[in-house]
Amino acid sequence: MEIVLAIAIGVLTSSGVWLLLRPRTFQVIMGLSLIAYAVNLFIFGMGRLSIDREPVLLQHLPATLQHYDDPLPQALVLTAIVIGFAMTALFLVVMMALRGLSGSDHVDGTEDLGGDLPPAGELEDGR
Amino acid sequence: MTAWLMPHLLVAPILLPMATGALMLLLGEERRRLKVGVNLLSTALWFAIAIALLRWVDGQGQAGQAAVGIYLPGNWQAPFGIVLALDRLSALMLALAGLVACASVLFAAARWHRAGVHFHPLFQFQLMGLAGAFLTADLFNLFVFFEIMLAASYGLLLHGSGRIRVQASLHYIAINLAASSLFLIGASMLYGVTGTLNMADLAQRIPQVAAADRGLLHAAAGILAVAFLAKAAIWPLNFWLVPAYSAATAPVGALFAIMSKVGLYTLLRLWTLLFSADAGASAFFGGNWLIAGGMLTLVFGAIGMVASQKLGNLAGYSVVVSSGTLLAAFGFGQSALTAGALYYLLSSTLAASALFLVVDLIERWRNDGATFAPHERDDHAPFLSPDLKPLVGINLDEEQQVLIGRAIPAAIAFLGLAFMGCAVLVAGLPPLSGFIGKMAMLSALLNPLGLDHGITDVAGVPGISNTPGAPQWTLLALVIGSGLLSLIAMSRAGIRHFWAAQGRGVPTLRIAEGVPVGALLLGCMLLTVFGGRALRYTQDTADALRQPQAYMQAVMQARPVPNPVKAATP
Repeated sequence: MEIVLAIAIGVLTSSGVWLLLRPRTFQVIMGLSLIAYAVNLFIFGMGRLSIDREPVLLQHLPATLQHYDDPLPQALVLTAIVIGFAMTALFLVVMMALRGLSGSDHVDGTEDLGGDLPPAGELEDGR
Repeated sequence: MTAWLMPHLLVAPILLPMATGALMLLLGEERRRLKVGVNLLSTALWFAIAIALLRWVDGQGQAGQAAVGIYLPGNWQAPFGIVLALDRLSALMLALAGLVACASVLFAAARWHRAGVHFHPLFQFQLMGLAGAFLTADLFNLFVFFEIMLAASYGLLLHGSGRIRVQASLHYIAINLAASSLFLIGASMLYGVTGTLNMADLAQRIPQVAAADRGLLHAAAGILAVAFLAKAAIWPLNFWLVPAYSAATAPVGALFAIMSKVGLYTLLRLWTLLFSADAGASAFFGGNWLIAGGMLTLVFGAIGMVASQKLGNLAGYSVVVSSGTLLAAFGFGQSALTAGALYYLLSSTLAASALFLVVDLIERWRNDGATFAPHERDDHAPFLSPDLKPLVGINLDEEQQVLIGRAIPAAIAFLGLAFMGCAVLVAGLPPLSGFIGKMAMLSALLNPLGLDHGITDVAGVPGISNTPGAPQWTLLALVIGSGLLSLIAMSRAGIRHFWAAQGRGVPTLRIAEGVPVGALLLGCMLLTVFGGRALRYTQDTADALRQPQAYMQAVMQARPVPNPVKAATP
């Protein structure tokens, strides 16, 4: 189980980082989302992996860590998911706004890589 | 006065902006005048609370002893519940943020708050995040307050809209989301190794971490530090800062001057707490990285200042320079040096904040109302801007008698003096507090144990001798050199905008825009006049940071308030 989770986190993170470094805003947001998923899984992993153990105290089980899963990382993941979701939504809005303002989905708002930037005045009307 | 309010006053800096912000959201987009009033009032009250907390902390305990106020928001004991802790460092940062926020909101009230929607609620939420980040003693809670602060800052950066701001925001949000992911990874790894997220509890457990886990612990601390260093604008991670800060509207830029200091604050807090001299094999972990990174940042910032054509970029790079200086100074982990650096932090934050406001006034004067001149939208202005060429019909040589004795309009005089004040503060020249801060740092660099110790005197403190080595000399040279470079950059900008400004009208300056600039500079002057008291306070702060046991004990020994019902029936 550990190796499966580790590989999953690794694949998600590496794909996320690769996408994050791409020039299109859509790729960047996908990359950020993938990294967020990987991070959430990672937080889970830091609470140690276990099967068939609940994080909530039960009547018939003694209250020791042997019988339960660590509830704290699950609470942390919940918070992280909510915050990550909100931030991704906000990023999406800004991305759309930049797309509208610059007419390009490049992260720099212009296709012209390398060389001098065209004067800003032209870009303003370049839609 | 505050004694009877105390522990409860501690949570007020978080609750007050939250309540005000929520209230202003309910007011809707109309009634701007009312919202300006509410925002001003709330920010002023926030500042007053911060001052009250500062005075309370300073009144507690003797010099050199830690004074810590603890508040348990959930009424749960330390490692289980969230803890808010106020010590000298957090009180100092709160008060600094209060002054900057007051100036910023007053400046915004004159003009800028009308540039977009929801400026005032966002501003209040930003204050809430700042206060939470300064007060919390729990690592995950710190993450939550960081996100509150960042979410509000995204909105504030977008305030005013326009392509440049949206583009800068996109980069700013992307880098901060990535940094937040690193924060989460680092925090959860620390939890995985030590089993706690409470900072004081972490500090207690780190010396006991098994040798096999120590590598993991250091990796966690390193990942966490990268998240804070990106916020604090260390060199390879700071390319977002200047475009974002110079694209932001002036009051937001002024407020952001404190934002990069939040990263520095968290680094200082966590590093001194978790990797203090008592941390066993992990003592002073990563200090050399801070020194090296800080120096590189300093070099980058100083070169950036000289290379800036746009005034906004100049202000942005001055923030980078101050970050670099502080990082390198903190990295030495010496109490006297940290004390000087904290004083420099106060001075440089106020100066950078004032500079952002002054730059906005100058740009508006220069462009006759427009925010940016067309050739200055990007940082591609020619060295000789059109303003520098003598205009036809205007005689610039000595024969021009008319200029002599002509009164300078008060608004230009004010702008010029304010810019000069900022230049003196940023470059660290004698009359003002920038000089005192740098002087305190440099003398502490050369004499870590104080002047009464000889050059060969080695104290019992590990890792500290009274003989400056290569890192000390390098930092000394860099601090002085960066001061020279910023002086050159600032005087060039001043000459271009004030002396070579022929044929321009007199700027219209509103009182509400002049007062905040004046207040920030007055803050620096007060820091200069009461330099002894300020330095005594920062010295106490640094001493307390060097001995975190008192902070740890205060947090761990705080007991929840007993349940009133149970207490009544024994």
